[in-house]
Amino acid sequence: MSAQLREISFTLNGKSVTAEVASHHTLVEMLQEQFHLYGARESCGQGLCGCCTVIVNGRSVSGCLYLAVFADRADVVTVEGLAKGEQLDSVQEAFVSCSGFQCGFCTSGFILMVNQLLEQNASPTEDDIRHYLSGNLCRCATYPDIITAVQAAATTLRKE
Amino acid sequence: MSTHVDAPASVERKAPTTQIGRSIPRLESRAKVTGQAEYIHNLRLPGMLYGKIFRSTVPHGRIVGIDTRAAKELPGVFAVITGEDVRALVPEPYYGPAFHDQPVLAIDKVRYVGEPVAVALSEDPHVAEHAVNLIEAEYEDLPAVFDEVEAAAATDVFVHDVLKPAGMFPDLKHLHGRTKTNVALDFSLRRNDVEQGFAQADYVFEHVFRTPTVAHTTLEPIVSVGEPRGSQALTIHTSSQSPSFVRSEVARLLGWPENHVRVRTAFLGGGFGAKLYIKLEAMVAVLALLVKRPVKISLTMEEQFYTITKHATTVHLKTGVTKAGKITARHCEAWWNGGAYADIGPRVTQKSGFTGAGPYDIENVALNSYAVYTNLPPAGALRGFGIPQLVWAYESHTDLIARELEIDPLEFRRANILRNGRPQATGTIMRDTATVEVLDSLSSAMRWGESFDRGQGSVRRGRGVAIGFKACIAPTTSVAIVNLYGDGSCAVYCGTVDMGQGSDTAMAQITAEVLGLDPQSISVIHPDTDVTPYDMATLGSRSTFHMGNAVRLAALEAREKLFVIAGKALQADPSLLTVADNYVSAPNGQRLSISEVIKSCFLMQAGNIIGTGSFRPSYTSPSQGDGQSDDITPFWMVGAVGAEVEVDTETGRVHVTRLVNVADVGTPINPAIVTRQLNGGALMQLGFTMSEAVRFDNGQAINASLADYKIPGILDIPDQTVAEIAEGCQNTGPFGAKGAGETGTFAVSPAIANAVHDAVGVRIFDLPLTPESVYRALRAAQHQPLEDQQ
Ligand code: FES
Ligand code: FES
Repeated sequence: MSAQLREISFTLNGKSVTAEVASHHTLVEMLQEQFHLYGARESCGQGLCGCCTVIVNGRSVSGCLYLAVFADRADVVTVEGLAKGEQLDSVQEAFVSCSGFQCGFCTSGFILMVNQLLEQNASPTEDDIRHYLSGNLCRCATYPDIITAVQAAATTLRKE
Repeated sequence: MSTHVDAPASVERKAPTTQIGRSIPRLESRAKVTGQAEYIHNLRLPGMLYGKIFRSTVPHGRIVGIDTRAAKELPGVFAVITGEDVRALVPEPYYGPAFHDQPVLAIDKVRYVGEPVAVALSEDPHVAEHAVNLIEAEYEDLPAVFDEVEAAAATDVFVHDVLKPAGMFPDLKHLHGRTKTNVALDFSLRRNDVEQGFAQADYVFEHVFRTPTVAHTTLEPIVSVGEPRGSQALTIHTSSQSPSFVRSEVARLLGWPENHVRVRTAFLGGGFGAKLYIKLEAMVAVLALLVKRPVKISLTMEEQFYTITKHATTVHLKTGVTKAGKITARHCEAWWNGGAYADIGPRVTQKSGFTGAGPYDIENVALNSYAVYTNLPPAGALRGFGIPQLVWAYESHTDLIARELEIDPLEFRRANILRNGRPQATGTIMRDTATVEVLDSLSSAMRWGESFDRGQGSVRRGRGVAIGFKACIAPTTSVAIVNLYGDGSCAVYCGTVDMGQGSDTAMAQITAEVLGLDPQSISVIHPDTDVTPYDMATLGSRSTFHMGNAVRLAALEAREKLFVIAGKALQADPSLLTVADNYVSAPNGQRLSISEVIKSCFLMQAGNIIGTGSFRPSYTSPSQGDGQSDDITPFWMVGAVGAEVEVDTETGRVHVTRLVNVADVGTPINPAIVTRQLNGGALMQLGFTMSEAVRFDNGQAINASLADYKIPGILDIPDQTVAEIAEGCQNTGPFGAKGAGETGTFAVSPAIANAVHDAVGVRIFDLPLTPESVYRALRAAQHQPLEDQQ
């Protein structure tokens, strides 16, 4: 494990940053160890649950499998980058008002995926929502409230 | 500071309430949607080492040797620790809430595949993981036993040489020192004469039902950090549901007073019973003391399957019934597959065992319940504490009887239901329990009286109902502190762990109701045994009732003290004062803010007003032999489920189109949070019903990952999921409330199996209801069994 470290630079939640990473480090490890961002977190470690979701160059990735070196020169957004100061984004607001979570461990992943869904489809049907979020697991099974939260966020965003 | 020990006779009913029954958003909402919520998962300490566990590859074997040389030589490895090293620090390193049977690391023997044998430590978790691959162990294989019924009857294979009950529980005393058995507890209950009851019956029915091992799979995997503070004190940061227990058990192992061990938690990323008692805490404590550095162990999802599971069960039921549909007698015999270490299994066996006849008014009852050791991973509590397994059996059985008698299944249940004022099988009189109301609400939510579309062609539709009940665990204690600061702000110190159930919010609402505050302004201090007082644990739907009462008593005491001070400042009789919206008011209209009152006492913004509350309900332990008790539980929970399903007769696939769960939760403190808990419980149990089962091959779990073990995703939930709260009031609860965390799980599985039977006429006796099992049953019913079954 005498891994060689390599310096990478990228944009993290709008700011230019650099990090030292080894080839086997994952994106989640780097975000936690070097940037103290814990919103993306490892659970299944297999790309199955979505707890580790991070947006890289506008696309969601599983941060537990995505190697940190690939973030070089990329634009990286985590759940911590969504609120503008104290102002939550519309999806976060909807998750609060509809209580789209219980323990909260899966929540960052859902919120990032819902943002991505609503960028692509402003008026998703319940079926669209279910299919789009089928890669995110919630062991607390807050799914009915998550669906309500997505619908509420879609309504707000359409008005904006 | 006075404390109140016994349950108040009834709640003080002050109308109108302002905070109770309000669905306010959770206190921690913002933290959870911005990624800021604190979990122990996130914790890193200076100088911290990561531990990775080397695990047994055999189900039962004598340890011949463990070779750690290559691992120790790997650059970056700080230490490799085995059971023998542990024994140098702790001569008797065995722990457990019911039995002192589980070693910190295996000693002499391994008893299941996946048992921790050694730990490699490094500052780099990848190095520690690599080192684990370099450890080698040699075992002398011993014969193993996996099935609970076989293990109970075994005469030559014993998982433990001698039983070591923890001594805390009177009903385990007789097992002390017992040898040549795998039965860790044999609970029995007798009410009247079950044989006579069968003799009075027109029909007697017998069936056997089974449930498999299933897994909690909390998304925040189990994690603990041990932090030494010198050689005689220690902090454990842990994702625990039972910090008070961790403190006393680790202190006992180390031979220290409890005040040398500090245990703290944060939010838990799910608990469901996985994070109770001792999981990694004893291990990180010992490791940290041995290497004099902070040590973190964070399980992978796979390792969670080797750490704690839910009991597989075999339940045999026999019921006598008259032609008119009156149940005259019921005998329930249940075997619980406890795995290699007892964990809380013996409690599950007893505390759930005594409800094995169901929520029915039955004159003659016999119950036998056996906690059995096997060479599988340890089984413990999982959302319902054994109740869903029993309800699976007695509600499938009850439905079969109703069908045979050609009585409407809901009517059959209603005719036999246990009502308030009648004795349950233990002899305890049922009170404040909405059994009838729950059935009535279910009937209307299901539109039971109306006609139902039964489908056509290869897709057939059916519907089914089921009802289950549970006693809250007893006797247990909760203690709370309510603290008003000099500026009038308020904090609640309580040991209840918020693992998603919303307890912080509920405790804040209770405090706010008593002290006239805004619940969102109250901070709830997370469990830290150096700061927060004792609480038995966050389990078994006990917190709203027990901690809720303790918090209410603490807030009442703080209010009394506040009124005494305010009475002087306002020159009024303290007993006539009221508090609302941060102001204390006298009958003449004069008022002072809470902070002004406190300043009037301490002359500046200083001091505290502290109230404490301690709550332990009364209890009579069941008598040995017949299991009778006049006071077995502080309250009963009732949950009923109705399911509508579509069954594809060509594939056996079952699709649940509508799932209705109705619960008696007393008067809910926060109805939206309670509803979410009910739905969450029901949908979790949907997984245990439709797809989840840990499969073993010679004791090796072969599907220990979310890739091969299917938990419900958003596409698997019913088209419609409905939770209803039945009209009820628990008079001894805080503002009429009682627990709700498990109720949604009780009746899901049998309701769905009953609906499948209704749709296609076949009965599934073993969970889960996979397409394969349904298809096999369909083929067998057509007298065309699949070839491998002929
Ligand atoms: S932890 Fe990455 S998908 Fe589960
Ligand atoms: S809120 Fe707990 S896992 Fe989703």
